[in-house]
Amino acid sequence: MCTVCGCGGDGARVAEEGHAHTHVHADGTVHSHAHGHGDEHAHAHDAAVADAHEHSHRHTDGVVHSHPHVHQGEHVHPQDHHHEHGIGGDLDFGAGPARAHVPGMSQARMVQIEQDILSKNDAYAAANRKRFDEHGIFALNLVSSPGSGKTTLLVRTIELLKGEFPVCVVEGDQQTSNDAERIRATGVPAIQINTGKGCHLDGHMVGHAVERLNPADDSLFLVENVGNLVCPAAFALGEHHKVAILSVTEGEDKPLKYPDMFRAADVMLLNKCDLLPHLDFDADLAEANARRVNPDLTIFRVSATRGEGMSAWLDWIRSGLEAQRSRRSETVAALKDRIAELERQLGNR
Amino acid sequence: MHEMSLAEGVLQLVEETARREGAGRVLRVVLEIGRLSSVEPEALKFCFDAVTRGSIAGEAAVEFIDVPGSGGCLDCGRTVALEAVYGPCPECGSYRVQASTGTEMRVREIEIE
Repeated sequence: MCTVCGCGGDGARVAEEGHAHTHVHADGTVHSHAHGHGDEHAHAHDAAVADAHEHSHRHTDGVVHSHPHVHQGEHVHPQDHHHEHGIGGDLDFGAGPARAHVPGMSQARMVQIEQDILSKNDAYAAANRKRFDEHGIFALNLVSSPGSGKTTLLVRTIELLKGEFPVCVVEGDQQTSNDAERIRATGVPAIQINTGKGCHLDGHMVGHAVERLNPADDSLFLVENVGNLVCPAAFALGEHHKVAILSVTEGEDKPLKYPDMFRAADVMLLNKCDLLPHLDFDADLAEANARRVNPDLTIFRVSATRGEGMSAWLDWIRSGLEAQRSRRSETVAALKDRIAELERQLGNR
Repeated sequence: MHEMSLAEGVLQLVEETARREGAGRVLRVVLEIGRLSSVEPEALKFCFDAVTRGSIAGEAAVEFIDVPGSGGCLDCGRTVALEAVYGPCPECGSYRVQASTGTEMRVREIEIE
């Protein structure tokens, strides 16, 4: 049985969203499962006609077969992987009995030696990062405890920036699509990923969300991770920076209690600062604790609800995006120069 | 419970190697877990036993190689032992210590038959 989605053993399971199929292994066993691909494949879609299409692929045991495949967008996957696609809507990676998702887990396991436990996730994250860099996209991964005000902060940030450049959002929660709905209400595209019992987003989940959202060139890509100050620290998604959010209604010693996250982040937003006059919270002590764990941390004090301090944070995003854009145009310019040089050499022959 | 995801990641690497080697079953899995890594060996072992049930590694024993933490202090320049995650330099008290060992999370080797 597939440990991720639990399919197999009881006949074919063709879910309304996602796809499954039956096949025969080299040893004669027949079973059905939602499929993983051993080979890299790319395919284009004509969304105007239909979102479904057919393609064939080869399993590690040599069996080649074709089957219909339903999803939107275009995608290239780095390695073998398990996936469940739907049309539009949100992604639920907690649907199997394990109620958790493992990047790269599939029935058709590739023979490959990697020693680092996180190497599979890191490969997916690197593929996402490559795509972001090639398209001048600035990607941020927002992490915090539940209740720090991440979604409110995102909504406020989007409202202030959406006239300047395209923005899209990935929302991670164990259950519900409430947060994605709050983001969509601002008018920007958002996809909700439900992790089920999973405690973090991983590179593979975000890769699917990127395909689905298909972010524009030179745009801002925001990921709101599952509210959890421990687990998301270890799982790269392909982002340029992790942004940790600490609110003044929490303890000043939180960076010391959960050092991995504040160490993994490059930026910390101290949120809900409008409440400081009513609290005993020592903002300077909180900042000192965060810098003890991570001396290079950039810190902004903000109030997402009142708007105080937001301009410095927005400027930081603008400059990050500008750096990505110029990096991309430099790459394009370098490629054009190279082409011109090759053409000149051909002309001399 | 990110130990569950890590345990499944370990199982995946173990199964791949076992199949490639044509193994009947896996007897022992040796993991290298640094003292400064974000994983608790006991929790990982518990999850590993849960996810390997019924697999080629269902009866495998799990062994951990403990890797002590060490790092270079950016202020005094010494290489020092690190007891706690992001702990201070024992020589000069600075918190600007870059960990160089102890953050490992690796599958070192497996014993198969």
